[in-house]
Amino acid sequence: MLPPVIGVLFDGLAYGMLLFLLSVGLSVTLGMMNFINLAHCAFAMLGGYVTVTLVNRYGWPFFATLPVAFLAAALAAVVFERILYRRLYKATDLDQVLLTIGITFMSVAVAAYVFTTAQQPIQLPGYLRGSIPFMGLDLAIYRLILIVIALAITVALVAGLEYTRFGARVRAAVDNERMARGLGIDVDRTFAATFALGSGLAGLGGALAIEIVGLDPSFAFTYLVYVLIVVSVGGLGSIAGSFAAAAVLGVSDIAGKYYVPQLGAFLIYLVMISLLMWRPAGLFGRR
Amino acid sequence: MALAESMRTPQGYLQSLSRWRGIEIVFWLATLLPFVLLPNYLSLASQIAITALFALSLDLILGYAGIVSLGHAAFFGVGAYTAGILSARYGWGEPISGLIAAALAAGLVGYATSFIIARFRHLALIMLTLGFGLLLAELANSASWLTGGVDGLQGIHTWNLLGVFHFDLYGYTAYAYSLAVLFLLFIMSRRLINSPFGLALRGIRENRVRMPAIGAASRVHIRTIYTTAAAMAGIAGALLAQTTETVSLDSLSFDRSAELVVMLVLGGAGRLYGGLVGAIIFMVARDQFSGTTPQYWYFWIGALLVIVVVFLPNGILGGLAKLTARWRRW
Repeated sequence: MLPPVIGVLFDGLAYGMLLFLLSVGLSVTLGMMNFINLAHCAFAMLGGYVTVTLVNRYGWPFFATLPVAFLAAALAAVVFERILYRRLYKATDLDQVLLTIGITFMSVAVAAYVFTTAQQPIQLPGYLRGSIPFMGLDLAIYRLILIVIALAITVALVAGLEYTRFGARVRAAVDNERMARGLGIDVDRTFAATFALGSGLAGLGGALAIEIVGLDPSFAFTYLVYVLIVVSVGGLGSIAGSFAAAAVLGVSDIAGKYYVPQLGAFLIYLVMISLLMWRPAGLFGRR
Repeated sequence: MALAESMRTPQGYLQSLSRWRGIEIVFWLATLLPFVLLPNYLSLASQIAITALFALSLDLILGYAGIVSLGHAAFFGVGAYTAGILSARYGWGEPISGLIAAALAAGLVGYATSFIIARFRHLALIMLTLGFGLLLAELANSASWLTGGVDGLQGIHTWNLLGVFHFDLYGYTAYAYSLAVLFLLFIMSRRLINSPFGLALRGIRENRVRMPAIGAASRVHIRTIYTTAAAMAGIAGALLAQTTETVSLDSLSFDRSAELVVMLVLGGAGRLYGGLVGAIIFMVARDQFSGTTPQYWYFWIGALLVIVVVFLPNGILGGLAKLTARWRRW
């Protein structure tokens, strides 16, 4: 028999993995490309709405909608990157913040127009809804799957960015753009692809998040704060850092709400501020 | 040109900056018009004056010192709750002393955090300002015995202004009061910005590494202006609490901080009138549009932001200045 604290830990870990899925894309765009993309959760929201629409209106199986959510967000990101973001890669922090806040505002209004401000319920298939009894604890299947997906994505991303040709191009383009161009790397296309990857991951995260946290137009702002905390505390450009930060954040948030509910989210912000003051570049940050 | 003559010395340059121009006098005279022309909109006008003061305080740190803050509402909220709690919990509703108490409280919080703010840059700075804002909002939410929590702070009663002027339903007193405070603090900011200290701030904005290298005490400057801006934001918050006789958690929210940055940039950051013009346009537009479709209002704000960033890098006032400069050349 395991004590209930393990159950809290499990829920916290699952929640942390959800935050990781939402923020890993930002770790790519903000962390590697150094673009303060506050519209990240707007792309996540897009993925969420794609999944909800496909499942509820067209009766698609849940897992079949996930790649579509990824592609939809990635496609939208490429369009935005080519039209708007591209102009601001060298701009000030403030301009990047403003542009992406503007896009987020617009996405919230568009979502409210198309889908109304109501919460979107999603009907998961039966095999995802149950739970597995494990030494006296009930582990929800969906949360287990979240953890597995998060681990798989971490491994795939770290391996992809470290060991593939595409990853090498991305790192070269980010580290020294002129040199990369000189070596014949198509920097524009690389940036667009990186951006699509980051936002596609956001879309995937958004689709997976609906079951746990729900989906309404305010999603783009509510989770923005959490996602920013994960990336800045984890360390810019460090996938492993984001993973660790998301796990710590998820566990401390759930544990805080469970054991000291009157404190609310206070603890998390306090932890974030102290960590950032201790290490401004994040736990695993290189700069 | 005669202008170049006066700009030869640093003193001459600063003096030429601080000279009052005709258009400024027209602007301030125009702020009196609502009393005569739009007596039904005086409470809106009072809210605009308060928001303009709040935007002006952000302009001091964002526009002049280049500190991007996403948590400036924290100081607005501290000021509002200070004035509100003074009245609702301790029965002291005298407006002017309420303002001073709010300025002290917000300035104190600003001074305490300024030590941290002065040490960081870029994303860490943005995240820290955001974090402090959220922290205070969460604190006010959990301390509901003091702040009223989600229900808002009820039972504020503001005494007559100077013991004479009653805060009427139409907002005559409220607007006159807010406008007077705005004008006084505007003159103070104007002097501050057109002083050597103001120049040092612009130097920090343009090149934060170089200023200490040429011997400027940048961190002290940043701490000073951050504390000043915090106190001003606190006064704005207190004005809102006193004139509306209520304080809600909304006064500390991230939305308020984000909206404030939006209106400042819309008007033009780094120009004294940028925050004022931005606040007028933003508040009037919200009053007009959000009545019919509140949730779609954000679409236009977002679109406007994108347009400003891509096409008008210096805001509306910056665009106007460019136009008039081109006009003169012809």
